[in-house]
Amino acid sequence: MNLMKKITLSLMLVMFGTLSAFGAESVKIGMITTLSTKAGYLGEDIRDGFKLAIAQGDGKLGSIPVELIVEDDGRKPGKGKQIADRFIKRDKVQILTGIVFSNVAMAVIPKVVRSNVFYVSPNAGPSKLAGKGCHENYFNVAWQNDNLHEAVGEYVTEKKFNNVYLIAPNYPAGKDAITGFKRFYKGNIAGEIYTTLGQSDYASELSALKAKKPDAVYFFLPGGMGINFIKQYAQAGLNKKIPLFGPAFSFDERILKAVGDAAVGVINGSQWSSDLDNPANKEFVAAFKKTYGRTPTLYASQGYDGALLIGSALKAVGGDMKKADAFREALKKADFPSVRGNFAFGANNHPVQDIYVREVIKDENGKFTNRIVKKVFTNHIDAYAKECAK
Amino acid sequence: MLLFIEQLFNGLQLGVMLFLMSAGLTLVFGIMQVINLAHGSFYMIGAFVAATVTLHSGSFLLGMVAGLSVAGIIGMIVEMTILRQLYNRNHLDQVLATFGLIFFFNELTRIIWGRQPLFMDIPSWLDGTVEIFAGIEYPLYRLAIIFVGFIVALFLYLLFSRTRLGMQIRAGATNRDIVAALGVNIKLLYTLVFGLGVMLAALAGVMAGPILAVEVGMGESILILTFVVIIIGGIGSVKGAFAGALLVGMVDTLGRAYLPTILSLLLSSELGETLSAPIASMSIYMMMALILAFKPNGLFPIQSRLDS
Repeated sequence: MNLMKKITLSLMLVMFGTLSAFGAESVKIGMITTLSTKAGYLGEDIRDGFKLAIAQGDGKLGSIPVELIVEDDGRKPGKGKQIADRFIKRDKVQILTGIVFSNVAMAVIPKVVRSNVFYVSPNAGPSKLAGKGCHENYFNVAWQNDNLHEAVGEYVTEKKFNNVYLIAPNYPAGKDAITGFKRFYKGNIAGEIYTTLGQSDYASELSALKAKKPDAVYFFLPGGMGINFIKQYAQAGLNKKIPLFGPAFSFDERILKAVGDAAVGVINGSQWSSDLDNPANKEFVAAFKKTYGRTPTLYASQGYDGALLIGSALKAVGGDMKKADAFREALKKADFPSVRGNFAFGANNHPVQDIYVREVIKDENGKFTNRIVKKVFTNHIDAYAKECAK
Repeated sequence: MLLFIEQLFNGLQLGVMLFLMSAGLTLVFGIMQVINLAHGSFYMIGAFVAATVTLHSGSFLLGMVAGLSVAGIIGMIVEMTILRQLYNRNHLDQVLATFGLIFFFNELTRIIWGRQPLFMDIPSWLDGTVEIFAGIEYPLYRLAIIFVGFIVALFLYLLFSRTRLGMQIRAGATNRDIVAALGVNIKLLYTLVFGLGVMLAALAGVMAGPILAVEVGMGESILILTFVVIIIGGIGSVKGAFAGALLVGMVDTLGRAYLPTILSLLLSSELGETLSAPIASMSIYMMMALILAFKPNGLFPIQSRLDS
């Protein structure tokens, strides 16, 4: 045996040694999320919320050591698919999570859950995967896409607004948003406009909107699009004339920091808020602020809940992912202290939860945040659950 | 009718923004023959620096000065260190290098400022709306953008047609070697032109700051439109950039405003609604294709460039 062979062999032995040592101890969790592009902060918050839960358990979730591997999908469905393949084949990951956007989710989730991998969604909840396309290995810990819009639809009707103008980007979640809003809104629709995804200037849309004289505006423009829209809405002097409504995605704490006073007073729908009064949430908000130096967004809360949910199921099977059926049973129980308080899974493994409307306020420190106004739905079940037959 | 006039103003304002971006880009291409994909990065740098300085000093004008000078200096450094190596290479090398610069600047911005979009407000003296005609209330800030855009256009016109520097720049565009042989410091000239182009992009970025989200990657969304503008206008022509920018601004704005109505009249209302959003976003590209079919070198092509 020459020297070269000896070295190669010993190197291989060392590698196998470390690999198997890892395999015996920690469970790998693969996170595919959006960290680049303008929407990069969404994935960053999901990841940071998830990591906070792991850090609080000293590297463990549910007393089981875990290893989190994170990769950026760049908001591209194709890239998301590649990463999922790599995680499953190379890293032998059996639990996936993290996807932010519904179009990426549609490309990845149906395929991975069929190959006996568990997927826990901390954000995207496209309607197609909640109804007929549901799967026993797919759990959504956030919401079904329509839910937050439904709450605002209900609230707007209750407040007797009767001529609402609707704006959303032209992509699947935009359509889900308008559908969700209309499901509970009973009044007249002054106009309905779909804009290009990623559009930055809304002058033309605002002029057209003003001419229709609606008594309220409902818009769903996540991330940077929302910042642009809210600023321009205020600059056109419309925020003093026509009240603005939206889902929480248009008013997360990061957006609020970038739009300032322009959003104060706006009502938005959410399943979570930093001022929700329960012990788990208080602990989470304080720990998040301490660790990262910023107020958590709803995305961070979803990442955190996702980690705790996975932890509760890992604990039930003692970290042995071969017991897939037991793991699934345990996930289904949702036996974890959610920062939302009430939390359970419905028939389609989507949340049955309370949904609130919040108001944007400037707090005593001059920071912009949300405060809960009222609970709109109690134990709300999404509209697609009954179509899900296992 | 009133709504239509308001939409014309919107189109004009978008056009003026695009002009500021494309004037710099077309200058750099026309004179130095360099395709600079990183032009949008200077737009972003201008906005970030201006937002930061405005936030800490409370003065929008100070922020604008800081944004322009920082971007201008960075631009000239980039020209001296990187682009100079690329003048004699082919366009593909230039595209690769400046494309790399986009990633570099995006990541650098992320390291310095983080992913959090910055806040930048309209200065109080430009806040609010004014009545331009009876019944049309228009944001004062957007009017100011239109005004600044026309001032810049006038400035560029005078610079090129009435000054010695402008003459040298035009000469340098036609034949670099002869101009250098006549004793003009062509290297310095190029650095200055590049700095000017960068500052125009930064000016657009600073002015966009209060309207748009100041965030990493903001340059890329406007960069594509900018390229459409200079291709329509004729690459290298500032006059063409002006015409192209206004044309693109108008078509984009009016398309977004009126296509839904028109299509709903022609087709069934439901089909019209679904089709109008994608068609409106395609309208400027369709216009580009149409113009290029009849004028392959754009509306105002630059003449007599050396065939090399």
